[in-house]
Amino acid sequence: MSGAEAIASGAIAAGLRFFAGYPITPSTEIAEILSIKLPKVGGSFIQMEDEIASISAIIGASIGGAKSMTATSGPGFSLMMEGLGFACMAEIPIVVANVQRGGPSTGLPTKVGQGDVLQTRWGTHGDHAIIALSPSSVYECFTITVRAFNLAERYRVPVIILTDESVAHMRETVVLPQEGEYEVIDRELPTVPPEWYLPYDRAHGGVAPMASFGSGYRYHITGLTHDAHGFPTSVSEEVDDCIRGQIEKIIFNLDDIVEVEQLYMDDAEIMVVCYGITARAAKEAVEIARSKGIAVGILNLLTIWPFPVQLLQTITEQIRVAIVPEINMGQIIREVKSSVEGRCKVVGINRVDGDNIYPHQILEKISEVLS
Amino acid sequence: MISEKMRKYLRPTKKFPHVWCPGCGIGTIMGAIVRAIDKLKLDADKIVMVSGIGCTSRMPVYLDFNTLHTTHGRALAFSTGLKLARPELHIIVVTGDGDACAIGGNHFIHSARRNIEMTMIVVNNSIYGMTGGQVSPTTPYQAYGTTAKLGNIERPFDICDLAIAAGAIYVGRATCYHSTLMEKLVYDALQKDGFSVIEAIAQCPTFFGRLNDFKNVVEMVNWQKANAVPVKKAEKMSSEELEGKFTIGLLHDVDFPEYTNLYRKLMKRAQGGG
Ligand SMILES: Cc1ncc(C[n+]2csc(CCOP(=O)(O)OP(=O)(O)O)c2C)c(N)n1
Ligand code: SF4
Repeated sequence: MSGAEAIASGAIAAGLRFFAGYPITPSTEIAEILSIKLPKVGGSFIQMEDEIASISAIIGASIGGAKSMTATSGPGFSLMMEGLGFACMAEIPIVVANVQRGGPSTGLPTKVGQGDVLQTRWGTHGDHAIIALSPSSVYECFTITVRAFNLAERYRVPVIILTDESVAHMRETVVLPQEGEYEVIDRELPTVPPEWYLPYDRAHGGVAPMASFGSGYRYHITGLTHDAHGFPTSVSEEVDDCIRGQIEKIIFNLDDIVEVEQLYMDDAEIMVVCYGITARAAKEAVEIARSKGIAVGILNLLTIWPFPVQLLQTITEQIRVAIVPEINMGQIIREVKSSVEGRCKVVGINRVDGDNIYPHQILEKISEVLS
Repeated sequence: MISEKMRKYLRPTKKFPHVWCPGCGIGTIMGAIVRAIDKLKLDADKIVMVSGIGCTSRMPVYLDFNTLHTTHGRALAFSTGLKLARPELHIIVVTGDGDACAIGGNHFIHSARRNIEMTMIVVNNSIYGMTGGQVSPTTPYQAYGTTAKLGNIERPFDICDLAIAAGAIYVGRATCYHSTLMEKLVYDALQKDGFSVIEAIAQCPTFFGRLNDFKNVVEMVNWQKANAVPVKKAEKMSSEELEGKFTIGLLHDVDFPEYTNLYRKLMKRAQGGG
């Protein structure tokens, strides 16, 4: 099974009932597979006229109560920034898979890249919080997709599955978890009478229950700053609550949201901070280094945004050097550097020629920092 | 004055007074829509009003339906997802001429082509109202806008022709002066099983009026009255006689399989049924 198939299967397992998309390499397989799977389970698939329409349509479907997603790659992801911001602002759960390819613009359609990491975080305008998860194996494509839906539903926020061409096209023999072996979270629905319903009430943990349109709760949804009723407002306190609230619901729940895989970290003096396909190379490299008695460990960022700042701060007490391999000119390394605040040395391995970072490159960097 | 009928559909909470300028045509159009809904006795819980961005697109917030104020030009795309997720809902899209035909032009033609059931009401005031009077794709040739101080050199779209060519199954046009006709068109459009479009010609006294030497609202409404030709009458007129005028009434009414119905059939087939 390929990574793309695992994402599609994970989505259905998580309860996906609506997909809208526009074909783009290397994400198209996800759409093609879901166009077959969705009608079988009573869900809908539609190929829209462009990516702006695709993300808009999934937001609309989510407002109707359907768990919704789209999948794209760089050029389409750029077009989706508008919708992403709307989903943040109106607090609509959606899942967007971005299968990264190389380069800006049309770039390198058929080859791997990790250049959209910062765009994922800051691509849409204005202050906002977002969640992005990054799988590095076919199995994780499934589990992370399920988690993406769960987080979207729980926090009423867009969640990005930030993957790449290599992971999506990689084929592995996997035994996927069966129904009942993974948790599926559905958004909380209101139980109060409609006249009491506040779609943006922050009183209970910052995330209000979300009524579906047509369910008897008539309310207003807008991309303008709004009050607890959803009505547009420019009153300072209400605006502050609207914007700050959207961000705090994420940053006050980091324990639940942030997931990091740590390997060989107990006694590590060098750590490789990695995500996506580079985590594969890192694991192989670290195993070889360990067999030679080098104290090196791995921090695989399964949650890439919000970035695990605190974890890095505590870990780096024991670390001398952090190595950050990325298929870009250095994006997540900025976060690593700002998190460790000079407590350890941080060095990157960067590649932007459309090829992957290989274990030997990481091993070479390990020897380099040791000497 | 707000009629009793209107009050029934207005949100009881703090949303008045509204944002529209005195004499603006958008309020009249809102009235026609509400009267059509009232006549049809539709369940407010099942009505969704969706809009993009602009003066027109501020309409949903005042009405006590499920209301969705989206991004500029995208109302139809949001509605497409919502309709597929909840086919039982009645979706009414209200949109300005720029919202519908410039930034949202692509969604407009594709929604018409798909024939997904919803009623799109395009408020055509020939200008960008909300941003202060710039030209729009429907500004007449040689008319003035703040971005065309020397006169517009572009050709305008005919919204109804565009809708028909793209595949809308029900298309009509009315003006704020002909608000009874507008109500009738909305009433019929809401019962069509497919994509329906109504062009509602409206006055924007604040920008189009001032920039184009209309003295007041009355003059603008009189212009609507003087230049609108009912479809039947237009059939008997020569193209010279119709120069500078526009037709009003029902322009197109056909039937074609509706998208969500087709999708439901496809779903049955996928599940191994008929
Ligand atoms: C992406 C984007 N571009 C530009 C704008 C600014 N803008 C707001 S309303 C509007 C045009 C409104 O004109 P129209 O659609 O004709 O509606 P009206 O205000 O006349 O009802 C524009 C350009 C925006 N909100 N979003
Ligand atoms: S600017 Fe024009 S369209 Fe907008 S509310 Fe005023 S009169 Fe109406």
